[in-house]
Amino acid sequence: MASQDIIARSATTTVPPSVRQQEQVAKLIDTTKCIGCKACQVACSEWNELRDEVGHNHGTYDNPQDLSAETWTLMRFTEHERDDGNLEWLIRKDGCMHCAEPGCLKACPSPGAIIKHANGIVDFNQDHCIGCGYCITGCPFNIPRISQKDHKAYKCTLCSDRVSVGLEPACVKTCPTGAIVFGTKDEMKVHADERIVDLKSRGYDKAGLYDPDGVGGTHVMYVLHHADTPKLYAGLPDQPVISPLVGLWKGFTKPLALLAMGAAVLAGFFHYVRIGPQRVEEDEHPTPPDDVHQVDPAVHVYDPTKPGGQGEQRP
Amino acid sequence: MNDNKPILRYNANERTNHWVVAILFFMAGLSGLALFHPALFWLSNLFGGGPWTRILHPFLGVAMFVFFLGLVIRFWRANFITANDRLWLRRVDRVMRNQEDGVPPIGKYNAGQKLLFWTLLVCMLILLVSGVVIWRAYFSQYFGIGAIRLATLLHALAAFVLVLSIIVHIYAGIWIKGSVGAMLHGWVSRAWARKHHELWYREVTGDKTPSDHRRKEG
Repeated sequence: MASQDIIARSATTTVPPSVRQQEQVAKLIDTTKCIGCKACQVACSEWNELRDEVGHNHGTYDNPQDLSAETWTLMRFTEHERDDGNLEWLIRKDGCMHCAEPGCLKACPSPGAIIKHANGIVDFNQDHCIGCGYCITGCPFNIPRISQKDHKAYKCTLCSDRVSVGLEPACVKTCPTGAIVFGTKDEMKVHADERIVDLKSRGYDKAGLYDPDGVGGTHVMYVLHHADTPKLYAGLPDQPVISPLVGLWKGFTKPLALLAMGAAVLAGFFHYVRIGPQRVEEDEHPTPPDDVHQVDPAVHVYDPTKPGGQGEQRP
Repeated sequence: MNDNKPILRYNANERTNHWVVAILFFMAGLSGLALFHPALFWLSNLFGGGPWTRILHPFLGVAMFVFFLGLVIRFWRANFITANDRLWLRRVDRVMRNQEDGVPPIGKYNAGQKLLFWTLLVCMLILLVSGVVIWRAYFSQYFGIGAIRLATLLHALAAFVLVLSIIVHIYAGIWIKGSVGAMLHGWVSRAWARKHHELWYREVTGDKTPSDHRRKEG
């Protein structure tokens, strides 16, 4: 919507239009309050007009099985056996984390296909997307999906269209237990702290906030009962970072490589200027004397310095 | 055999194969560079925009590899590295200064050309394998994210080495007068063959005349 609040833009080496200041927003997902009703999935589907294919039951409550270009958020269910033998149902609403340092944006080769707004929302602009899938390669959370219909990448927008006009994301509005809340990032941290104090008082000593530093923090945060082992929650990365391979691929190496290619061309040019080309002088290796008979005597040049008066053809 | 007739260095099939690879290299290379760095994204306009660049690039790359295999089958035997090549490489500084004293006579290809051949082959193999892994439309779903990340990095690295090698290759053609003609119309003069590829010259002509190099070396 607003084009004056873009603080990062894919494949862009200059500063994007970013004069407009905005407060950082965040969505806080409290896994300890979630009952797994999937109302958020439905709200997402409704607001964004997404209709994924009806899938099959694979023996879990996860439905559909995975995120897709038409499923931007998904409840992932994990049955966890605690040390005391009790079974615990860990339910995590999966979707884009809206990283402060987005791996997708770093990897994207198409200018403006991925932008980060001043409020922290990382948004895909499908009109600029070329469908290469580099965002998938760059993402530490395995979120973006390429549509098989239009070959563009899609993911949760944090309802950037709603947020830009002062509304909360659709999933937040619909959540019946208040497990998903939305506000400024600072407010959400305060809210999370209150929740964590409450959880600790009820025996969850390891309760904590998931706002990983490795990606500069995220604009979708979790309250976890087991914040010491995020992996329990359907493989939520313990310490997500942009892969060093992606860093090497999209880091300082690319401009250096460009420089090296340019330097190679220049080196060739100046070799030609300074050393010059290798030409074959066709008379460098004189042909045997009997060839002289073929030379027209009219153009026969006599060289007195050469014994035997061997003729030379005009070059 | 001592007439002044030129020598056929590359026949029509070899020349055609070479230039098909060259054209495909430029198309795959330019479309790849468009995605390599934002400063070169404008190159995607040559291919009809970003999505078309993304669609065409892998097909161009595979076609380049297939035709390059034709060159490999035709020329790999002439590209074995010999002891003579090591001497040539030690004296490559003289070659670079256009000085011929002490540069050993060479066969159909000098050590630089041979190294180029093997470098291109290795790069093309890496590009093919890594390119399949990151070919999102058809193959990426069969590979894990770790493999895709590694392949992406290797693809860019191999492409970088390939482009650098081809810059050297093209410049060598500009620098050594007569070699572009060898690949365009196929023919080289006897003097050219004798000067640049003496052992090959003697092999194809049966000429036993003492070489320039030997006389200079004494």
